[in-house]
Amino acid sequence: MTKTAFLTLLSYWRRSPGQFVTLVLGLMLATALWSGVQALNAQARQSYAQASEIMAQTILTRLVEPSGRDISIADFAALRRAGFLVSPVIDREEDGLRILGVDPLTAPPGAIPAGIVSGGSDFTLMTGEQPIVFLRAGTQPPDWADEAQVLTSDALPPDTILADIATIVRLTGINTLDYFLLHPEQPAGLPAIETATELLTQSPDEQTDLGDLTGSFHLNLTAFGLLSFGVGLFITYGAVGLAFENRRPVFRTLRAVGLPLRRLIALLALELGSLALVAGLLGVALGYVIAASLLPGVSATLRGLYGAPVPGELAFDPLWALAALAVSFLGAGLAGAQSLLRVAQMPLLAPAQPRAWAVIDARAQRRRLGLALAAIGFGALATWLGEGLIWGFAGLAGLLGGAALGLPSFLAAALNAVSGRAKVPFTEWMIADARQQVPGLSFALMALMLALSANIGVSTMVGSFRATFIEWIDQRLFAEIYVRADDQAEADRIEAIIAPQVDAVLRSAWVERAVLGQPAEFQGISDHPTQPVEWPLLSGEPEAWAHVGAGEALVISEQLAHRTGLGIGDTVPFAPNQALPVAGIYADYGNPKGQITLNYALLINAYPETPQSRLSLRVASEDVEATIQTLRDQGLRQDQIIDQTSLQAVSLRIFEQTFLVTGALNILTLSVAALALLTSFLTLGGMRLPQIAPVWALGQTRRRLALTELWRAVGLAVLTFIYALPVGLALAWILLAVINVEAFGWRLPMVLFPFDWARLLVLSLIAAALAALWPTLKLARIAPARLLQVFAYER
Amino acid sequence: MNVKAFSFGLMLAADVATGQSFAGLGAEADGFAIPQPNPTFEFPEDHGAHNAYRIEWWYLTATLTGEDGQDYGVQWTLFRSAQRPEAAEGWQTAQIHMGHAGLTTADQHFSAERFARAGTGQAGVATAPFEAWIDDWIMQSTAPETEDALSALQLTARGADFSYDLDLQATGPLVFQGEDGYSVKSESGQASYYYSQPFYTVSGALSLPSGDVGVAGQAWLDREWSSQPLAENQIGWDWFSLSFEDGARMMGFGLRDSDGGHFTSATWIEADGTSTPYPNGALRLTPLSQADVAGRTVPVGWRVELPERGLDVETTALNPQSWMSTSFPYWEGPIRFDGSHQGRGYLEMTGY
Repeated sequence: MTKTAFLTLLSYWRRSPGQFVTLVLGLMLATALWSGVQALNAQARQSYAQASEIMAQTILTRLVEPSGRDISIADFAALRRAGFLVSPVIDREEDGLRILGVDPLTAPPGAIPAGIVSGGSDFTLMTGEQPIVFLRAGTQPPDWADEAQVLTSDALPPDTILADIATIVRLTGINTLDYFLLHPEQPAGLPAIETATELLTQSPDEQTDLGDLTGSFHLNLTAFGLLSFGVGLFITYGAVGLAFENRRPVFRTLRAVGLPLRRLIALLALELGSLALVAGLLGVALGYVIAASLLPGVSATLRGLYGAPVPGELAFDPLWALAALAVSFLGAGLAGAQSLLRVAQMPLLAPAQPRAWAVIDARAQRRRLGLALAAIGFGALATWLGEGLIWGFAGLAGLLGGAALGLPSFLAAALNAVSGRAKVPFTEWMIADARQQVPGLSFALMALMLALSANIGVSTMVGSFRATFIEWIDQRLFAEIYVRADDQAEADRIEAIIAPQVDAVLRSAWVERAVLGQPAEFQGISDHPTQPVEWPLLSGEPEAWAHVGAGEALVISEQLAHRTGLGIGDTVPFAPNQALPVAGIYADYGNPKGQITLNYALLINAYPETPQSRLSLRVASEDVEATIQTLRDQGLRQDQIIDQTSLQAVSLRIFEQTFLVTGALNILTLSVAALALLTSFLTLGGMRLPQIAPVWALGQTRRRLALTELWRAVGLAVLTFIYALPVGLALAWILLAVINVEAFGWRLPMVLFPFDWARLLVLSLIAAALAALWPTLKLARIAPARLLQVFAYER
Repeated sequence: MNVKAFSFGLMLAADVATGQSFAGLGAEADGFAIPQPNPTFEFPEDHGAHNAYRIEWWYLTATLTGEDGQDYGVQWTLFRSAQRPEAAEGWQTAQIHMGHAGLTTADQHFSAERFARAGTGQAGVATAPFEAWIDDWIMQSTAPETEDALSALQLTARGADFSYDLDLQATGPLVFQGEDGYSVKSESGQASYYYSQPFYTVSGALSLPSGDVGVAGQAWLDREWSSQPLAENQIGWDWFSLSFEDGARMMGFGLRDSDGGHFTSATWIEADGTSTPYPNGALRLTPLSQADVAGRTVPVGWRVELPERGLDVETTALNPQSWMSTSFPYWEGPIRFDGSHQGRGYLEMTGY
């Protein structure tokens, strides 16, 4: 009995393959996109963890040179002979490779990854006759490592080469240190280390944490994953609901022949579970494929933008696959719960007809509208009143959920409004028919709406960011050529030689110091008549730049203002016993550290040790080439000379890479929504014959009826787009003005891109038309006999 | 003598020269110099490092009594181990230093360990004026230029929870161990250069978690260098330095081999510094009592016999738990002895 009943239930899917495909596809896509994004995030996080573990960055305090002056072997010996347990590290980047030179003799426990040395007196790293270098399998060893024995270790992040400090010095010629690691347990009876050295202690939380830095990027991905999951869920929900409604007669018959309700529910749940399993397995496979194909882009982005090493190859994690399956079951459960509940409450002798499931009574619609408004209201409140990232996302969720629920009401109202103007009866029928179809299509249309608004929202954000970034970089890169000399002597020599050739030579200097507990960089800029450095301030006093030039004030970056709460007029200490008021706040996109800009002379006076080795050259654009040649002739290396044009190009390339993945995900969601639309049309096509047959019988040709179907699909897509536009813009606003500020510490002006909207509109029309094409063709070619049957078997 | 440095050298060499076995450490093959009989010493040069030899140490133990009437023991050691018989400046040096510091009370034992490369300035040995150091651990000469550099020393070391600062004044001459400083270590002929300054009187201060305490007592310095590891079957050793009430001293050690044999050696030192070496077998070492130390069974009480000198004493450790929990751990601490003679001394035991 049970088996027969189960087979009877399943037989429905054989008769309605379209719905089967919809259901499985919806669930599969929800699973795949969500878990694919999770796989990307997990892989990246693992790499960050490795990268920060490698120098025990999360545990150990460092001693750094605040002004970038070289740290020498003598500094090391002096600190050790004063009794402090410090360990020298060479840690620098060359051609995308992180070079780590460590001293296993003095390294604190945990600093060198386990598996390379185990601590104590394990000096495996140290060189005998043949130098040894460690890197992760898949990382290309640099040329200079040719004469070394290369050993691989999984404990290292990609693009990292680690060796004994003597090996690094010997093979690369680097002969200065980058920082010291401070042993967590210093010997008894020593004075505070600050009294013994000019180096600056940098506690683990002051160090740049890749996890923090890239957090917003991953948030972006996660948001997309959630959105895709939502889109897939709507599709599944629609398909499950339809399948249940269509099987009302079957349920009634099964109950009538004696199948207990409890068992029926159990069988339906089993059916749903099996579907979830199939869809989940497919979803896992697809999710892996998606993640694996996106990963190279993601890793290029993370590397370019944050210098965060992430391998380009995806590891398969069985736990992840299980979690993805669970997501599939969760989705099926969410989508099927309501339908199961309805079956449970169905009276034994309920009308056996599929009660145009689609036709939702006015009360239900009002209820849904109420819910929609409540969700949007909650979203707005969360956005306005909430503090922090979580509330930003709550706002997003409220907005999108509410907007989706409100879509059917909007469509019904819009169609009502249009139908009053129809002059021809056929048009009026067409619009009325469309209105009747809306509930049946509503879930597919909601999915489309979500995809469209996500598309609009995210591309508005990216576009705004891009426009702002380009403008900002134009302002900031004022000099034609930038020179980074190795030391001040070289800078002086270059200046003397190049000064007659160029319009002006400006000096700039950097010092890194904590300000109110936040890591910050101090930038000293020259006040020079040929180039009063002025970039627009987000807020500030009118004469702010003049005050900076005169050394009477300083300006700070938005990030620093956001993190420290500093505002115009507040006083900022920039050196012991020296402070200046804040005259303005400027944008400093993409910089994880806060920045303070002040008069060059002031900075140099306060930090006389600062190497004054950076030059900015003002040259007429036609002389750039010749000037660079002169600099080269003076023995400057390629990496010491940067011209404005190539710097801009590099910055932009990095920027474009950042949002490559966003674009790919955008297109994926949109395709999913189009697919949902297709299957909905297919399902409705069969059900709608009773509505179409009478119109055909009145003399309309099949061809005209079919064309009508096509137009209606396109019309609904247009309405959905119109609805999605403001939702998408609201989404963009939340992303730019709320989430960005919380995540990055900067706010971006919103720029509108009507041309992009037009493109998206065309895209969605094409998608809708394509989705409707097959059902339309089917209708155009339907045998008249089938239309006649409607009258014969009219229910 | 302090044979643990042999092990230090072995450990480094085995770690560094990947794939090399202990047996592959033939000194000749590596180009290190080999100690030869009938040595002549040049001072102050020979107080400094001998980079042509694989291993070397500056090793000092002190038996002290505090103002509080308690017994204390102090150890200070700087080891040198060469990867190759050469020295270079900076990171590229082939000379590695290891420092061990210990401080023993009746119920506590403190130890600390440091590693460093010579050539970076973090550790090294200078001869004029004499200074051996690793980090802020220093053994430096305070002797007038006309005297032997080791005749007066200042000694400091610092660990996570202790430190000490001692002044040492020698009351006798340097003593050459073995045959005029050529000390044989096994029947197959392994040997080292070995001399000592066993006649220090000490004063200074210890810093302990419970507070500072002034101390006074005696100390013993060993200088030894070689290139040859132990014979292959030697698994550990027991080393004694004893100070007698009449001012005489005795150094004695037994190298244990895997089939239970003991290769022993001893030097009897008169109060005026006159020394007499005793060959293998003259000294008899018999364990009397065991203690559970760091999960091992260690013989902390011994019967020490040198019949030719009428010596027959039983030793008692100040603290049976004098365990140096360093990278390769061993037992090292002050002792008292009673029997035919009375006095204080130091005991080192490895390979347990």
